[in-house]
Amino acid sequence: MNRAIVRRITPSIRTWRSTLKTFCSDTSEKLHGSHGDKAVTVKSSSLDSTDNVPQYDVAIVGGGMVGMALACSLASMPLTKHLNVAIIDSNPALLARDSIKKEDAPDPRVSTVTPATISFFKGMGAWQYVQLHRHAFFDRMQVWDYTGLAYTRYSARDVGKAVLGCVVENKVLQRSLLSCMEDSDVKKKIYPSRLNSMTLHKSSLISGTDSISSKPSGSLAKLNLSNGDCLYAKLVVGADGSKSHVRNLAGISTTGWKYPQNAIICTVEHTEDSRCAWQRFLRTGPIALLPMGDNYSNIVWTMDPQQAADRRSMNETDFLKAVNDALDDGHGPHPQSERMGGGGILAWLRSDETSSASEPFEVPPRITKLASDRMVFPLSLMHANNYVSKRVVLIGDAAHTVHPLAGQGVNLGFGDANSLSKVIAEGVAVGSDIGEMTLLKRYESERKAANIAMMAILDGFQKAYSIDFGPLNVLRAAAFHGVNYISPLKKNIISYASGEQRLPIFT
Amino acid sequence: MASKLLLSQLRNITRPTHHRLINPNFIFPLKNQTLIHSRPYSDAPQPPPVGSKPPPTNADSAPTHKKISSSLNQAELAKFSAIAETWWDAEGPFKPLHVMNPTRLAFIRSTLCRHFGKDPYSAKPFEGLKFVDVGCGGGILSEPLARMGATVTGIDAVEKNINIAQLHADLDPGTSSIEYLCTTAEKLVEEQRKFDAVLALEVIEHVAEPAEFCKSLSALTVSGGANVISTINRSMRAYATAIVVAEYLLHWLPKGTHEWSSFLTPEELVLILQRASISVQEMAGFVYNPLTGKWSLSDDISVNFIAYGTKNTE
Repeated sequence: MNRAIVRRITPSIRTWRSTLKTFCSDTSEKLHGSHGDKAVTVKSSSLDSTDNVPQYDVAIVGGGMVGMALACSLASMPLTKHLNVAIIDSNPALLARDSIKKEDAPDPRVSTVTPATISFFKGMGAWQYVQLHRHAFFDRMQVWDYTGLAYTRYSARDVGKAVLGCVVENKVLQRSLLSCMEDSDVKKKIYPSRLNSMTLHKSSLISGTDSISSKPSGSLAKLNLSNGDCLYAKLVVGADGSKSHVRNLAGISTTGWKYPQNAIICTVEHTEDSRCAWQRFLRTGPIALLPMGDNYSNIVWTMDPQQAADRRSMNETDFLKAVNDALDDGHGPHPQSERMGGGGILAWLRSDETSSASEPFEVPPRITKLASDRMVFPLSLMHANNYVSKRVVLIGDAAHTVHPLAGQGVNLGFGDANSLSKVIAEGVAVGSDIGEMTLLKRYESERKAANIAMMAILDGFQKAYSIDFGPLNVLRAAAFHGVNYISPLKKNIISYASGEQRLPIFT
Repeated sequence: MASKLLLSQLRNITRPTHHRLINPNFIFPLKNQTLIHSRPYSDAPQPPPVGSKPPPTNADSAPTHKKISSSLNQAELAKFSAIAETWWDAEGPFKPLHVMNPTRLAFIRSTLCRHFGKDPYSAKPFEGLKFVDVGCGGGILSEPLARMGATVTGIDAVEKNINIAQLHADLDPGTSSIEYLCTTAEKLVEEQRKFDAVLALEVIEHVAEPAEFCKSLSALTVSGGANVISTINRSMRAYATAIVVAEYLLHWLPKGTHEWSSFLTPEELVLILQRASISVQEMAGFVYNPLTGKWSLSDDISVNFIAYGTKNTE
């Protein structure tokens, strides 16, 4: 999302690079000599500028939703709110104080937040800010495909909850987190520039020799920014997206593959509001219609790159017709509404039937107008092989990216932020160095299992739906039926997708 | 926490009228001086009874530096001197200590916050308190205590350890205020230093005279202050786990780090602390879960245990 802005800033950054490289190294050279003797003890508070270079406890590189969520979470816990936090992001929106107005056209970049994320936000005190802007809860979901053989309906009432999720614009989430942080009295500073390089001072404690640098900041990470600023940090958090610079600098390799699909996203207007989210799997990829409130909805339509380029450039009426076809009965017939349950075989399960199993198939609302630009994004699966390295930790898209078909991507990131802030609090409680590997590895072991499980399932879905083969279609239809009528399975899926359950089974 | 029943039983034993032998592990309270030296299961040579040593408080006004205090054990010092460089290598010979550290800090934090009446949710609860870490080694315990706000003095008899500790502490501005001294508890007592809390973790099994050591620890504590001591129990299970498995099978510790005969049972520790006017309030054990690789606090004091006591108010 910051890509457009970043592209504009990069040319001007290159001219800065030649001037910046001598700035920080000179100061450190000069002071090395004066700190040569070991008897110097420096009493300094964390933000004291020894060497005139400010020191922070946590430096969050990337001020997007997940980075800000981590900062806000640290600010809201009593054990961590004294930590000095630096946020490094060149997006000018972070420093701008203009608020989001109600009349603004809805931004096509939205996220579906799960109930687990909503309670995370409520715990930090940030949800009240989200509620001031446009947001839409939905409590029903309908999933079907182009074969017309079956459909599944989910309802929040199946698991006794009020909502399945909430659709919020990304900028609203980011701004709410920023406002929440500003209202708390945490010590933070936003650096409006990009990270250039990072060095970790290695210290080997060989007694008796003078080769050790005994500067007070000897083992901290040093970050050099593109505008010439320097800062030290005990912990560097990489929250800078899928093309994470922090991940590259830390030398963490990744596994993954590109999907042969791009996603078009846009906002549309329709005739009536519904508190239902719709997803239809077409031959080329799923199309999702997510309610945003005020009769607006967000469309996420996945297809192969050529078609995506075509659909982006076609005129509005043709595009709307294509969208209505995709959601309605183009590409295949409507599924039959099964009013009497799944037939004889599954009748024995009917006593425990969820309320949504008896709901008929509903046709999504008719789209009348296009309300925003159409954007195209390439899709890929990526997973960092390690989430942590010495004094570096990755959260959010920097650690993993997934297919948008279940709306889980940013929720995994928020789960990372939640877990990392808890681990940092535990570290502070026992006085450990927050950049220490043993502490960070606890975060990694907690999140890796959960993230990999979710990614595997989503990738499985994507692969299963990319093949159009008769027997496989029937198998998928049977799966739809099964999920719709086998209540324990449906309840399990709903609570897993809502984030209430960490792993798909065994919980 | 652990063994409230055990503690009350122990308090019963210390009354001189009870002379029953409860079970072989309990020390028969004979005379004061020979208490620690009756070790029924040990075949190590008995150290000479305390009475035969010159009394520590004599008329000398200026004790020389050369006089070795009674609680040092030269062989133990040599053992630690040899591996001093590896203190901060989290994968080296001190790995078990690093892995166990957060667990024992959790115990220390909760008991000392309660003792001093501090807010357990504060980030620096020990602000304004003076702590001494006796036998600090490389400073593995001292640094987190300093980060929790305490004014920490770390002492160790091995000079190499103090050097390593000082170098490492200087790397983080939060810990560079720790005062490291190459000295002993007895010398600090002679200097008449007093601290709000005295901690001696995993030290007492390496000293020659545990009773005298405890008396020095008590003398360093202000009246009403806190003491935390941790060590390994002298039980069959501890022999199997801490010596056979940890030293010979898993190679977590170098062979010979621990001598089973110098371990103390919780009952003995409570008794010698009682003699040093420290009443043990809480005791907990550490257990290691080999599947998750994590240590946790528990009521099981049969192998590693930690005791928190308060100095009696005079």
